[in-house]
Amino acid sequence: MYRYDQYDLELLEQRTAQFRDQVARRLSGALSEEEFLPLRLQNGLYLQRHAYMLRVAIPYGTLSANQLRVLAEIAERWDRGYGHFTTRQNVQFNWIHLEDAPDIMDRLAEAEMHAIQTSGNVVRNITTEQFAGVAADEVMDPRPLAEILRQWSTMNPEFAFLPRKFKIAISSSATDRAAVKAHDVGLYLYRGEQGEALLKVLVGGGLGRTPMLGTVIREALPWRHLTTYVEAVLRVYNRHGRRDNKYKARIKILVQALGADAFSTEVEREWEQIKDSPATITKAEYLRVAAHFAQPPYADAEGDAAIVAAQRQASPAFARWCRRNVHAHQVAGYACVTLSTKPGMAAPPGDVTSAQMRAVADWAEQYGFGEIRVSHEQNLILPDVRQRDLYALWQEAEAAGLATANIGLLTDVIACPGGDYCSLANARSIPVAQAIQARFQNLDFLHDLGELSLNISGCVNACGHHHLGNIGVLGVDKNGEEWYQVTLGGNQGLEAAIGKVIGRAFRAEEMPDVIDKIVATFCTHRAGDESFSETYTRIGLAPFKERVYAQEGV
Amino acid sequence: MKHIIRVLPAGADIVVDEWLLLHDSETALSRLAEHAMQRVILPLPLWRTLRDGTESFDPSSTGVWIASDDEYEDVACELLDLPLIAVDFPSFRDGRGYSVAYLLRTRYGFRGELRAIGDVLRDQLFYMRRCGFDSFEVRADKDIRDALKGLAAYTIRYQGSVDDPVPLFRKRAEAAPSLPDEHWEP
Repeated sequence: MYRYDQYDLELLEQRTAQFRDQVARRLSGALSEEEFLPLRLQNGLYLQRHAYMLRVAIPYGTLSANQLRVLAEIAERWDRGYGHFTTRQNVQFNWIHLEDAPDIMDRLAEAEMHAIQTSGNVVRNITTEQFAGVAADEVMDPRPLAEILRQWSTMNPEFAFLPRKFKIAISSSATDRAAVKAHDVGLYLYRGEQGEALLKVLVGGGLGRTPMLGTVIREALPWRHLTTYVEAVLRVYNRHGRRDNKYKARIKILVQALGADAFSTEVEREWEQIKDSPATITKAEYLRVAAHFAQPPYADAEGDAAIVAAQRQASPAFARWCRRNVHAHQVAGYACVTLSTKPGMAAPPGDVTSAQMRAVADWAEQYGFGEIRVSHEQNLILPDVRQRDLYALWQEAEAAGLATANIGLLTDVIACPGGDYCSLANARSIPVAQAIQARFQNLDFLHDLGELSLNISGCVNACGHHHLGNIGVLGVDKNGEEWYQVTLGGNQGLEAAIGKVIGRAFRAEEMPDVIDKIVATFCTHRAGDESFSETYTRIGLAPFKERVYAQEGV
Repeated sequence: MKHIIRVLPAGADIVVDEWLLLHDSETALSRLAEHAMQRVILPLPLWRTLRDGTESFDPSSTGVWIASDDEYEDVACELLDLPLIAVDFPSFRDGRGYSVAYLLRTRYGFRGELRAIGDVLRDQLFYMRRCGFDSFEVRADKDIRDALKGLAAYTIRYQGSVDDPVPLFRKRAEAAPSLPDEHWEP
């Protein structure tokens, strides 16, 4: 993974010193709350319902074992012993005191971490997929370009006060596991006919109040022009994006207003002026950064497959875990393992305790090369596990409550913190998620249902990506009461789609029954081994709607 | 006497403001007559009117200020001869002025004084400086000496901008041997 050199460290030291001074000026009253607000947001600090929340950046979801231990320490020293992993591959602490924030930043900086631009109207954490560099279906490793883009966007002076937040994702596999189409700028990295590295650039995706998928504005952009092209997009957006209405300020609204073609023309015109500027990426820089992502010293592990096959035979529970939580690796005899943070009633989706973080850090060293990933589905990943170690890891993860065999299944619920913490939320997310998880505890049944994503957001800001869930749940406020609106047919990945609202909203206590009826409808109409989304595509919304609302008025 | 922050080759300092900023197009004309001998900063729409009109005014003692939603590109080339252009920040959260400054400096090559006016605060000065501003009218209720510290926050920057177009990575590479670049693919 990327390690800081003297420049990265010095910049971070200057940033933490600046932030410490800003907090002191806020506490003394020299800075008003209005003036302090964007400054603290650009350092990841939100004021929530009960306390400050600190969102720590995990660039493209990659952590070292040591960094995860530091997060565990922060959770214990300054929070309540746990952290919440987010759909932007970051981690949040929910019970922070403003006075402590500068010390936390210093502790993070010692471990080459920070909270820069995890919030505010700036370029946010660059995300990619959780299996970058190890996925069997990978075309190219997207991490070097993600890191180059991270550095380019970090404290970029021209784009620190954009009309609205700005999210960028990059992916380079047969499958898109980074929700690229739901980003302000989405990037697909691929090989051209001569083997050259090219980018397909999408603009104007985003969820929130007006969900949209990104539109392609540029094909075959040579990799070395990535930063100048993004600069052109941002300059057009910074100048022309709406600032009169917060809800119409995302770039998608500008792209829609101008039309994708006109927007693209505008970007190309701007890009012509800067395309060979010094920001153009060099071979030397690519190689310098890529060296940090070089393959670790893998062992010859070809024999491992036979060992694990025998163990799967012997233990159905282990076999089930392997089916859902173990993923193909580029190197024979190795595997990627997803540790589920979705045990059901035991903990809210994405929440991990300090003790669990330390255990995961230990496993990363014992069974891998000391690295951990965070997925945008809020789970933790060990990217390089030898297959002969899977059984031992499974047993330890089981004991630590991190081995629920439900990755990609209905109970692998993606949920924002919701009304229990967030002051933006209209409704709570966690109790609804847990009530649904409790209803579907039978693992055999869940496995039979197959791939089925359930996403819950507590408000239209859509941190739970509810539009992209096969089943989406959105908390809404009706006369001061919490209600939940259900959408069906959402999808992430290359076949990304935005779900459709099924009908009138429900009360929290109705939700498990509603999901039950949706699942029952799927089972009735399912042909063979179809996935939920395949069945939905075939039969449409109507049969689900009919069943869900059948007893009304009886 | 009003003061501003001015960046000169010797460094940034607090200096007496020699310009009179006329905010309002409506009243500016009469005030212009009052201050016939003084250097004034006119609203862009008024400058357009005067330029097209018959009344003579002295371009060497005239500046223009650009509001964040003003269209200025059709006259950008004419503005280049002015000794001063000011860019207004209606709120410090409105970042359009950064791009205006960047374009005036790099695209149009404006060499005169480029001043940030409006909601100009200490914690944004560093970014403003990077985008090409070299004078700052700090918001009146703020301590200008305190604001001056905002320019000193950082010595490291990842990306190039107006102040230094060469990104950090090209400086990192100076230590390493340079590699032929043209047709290399990762």
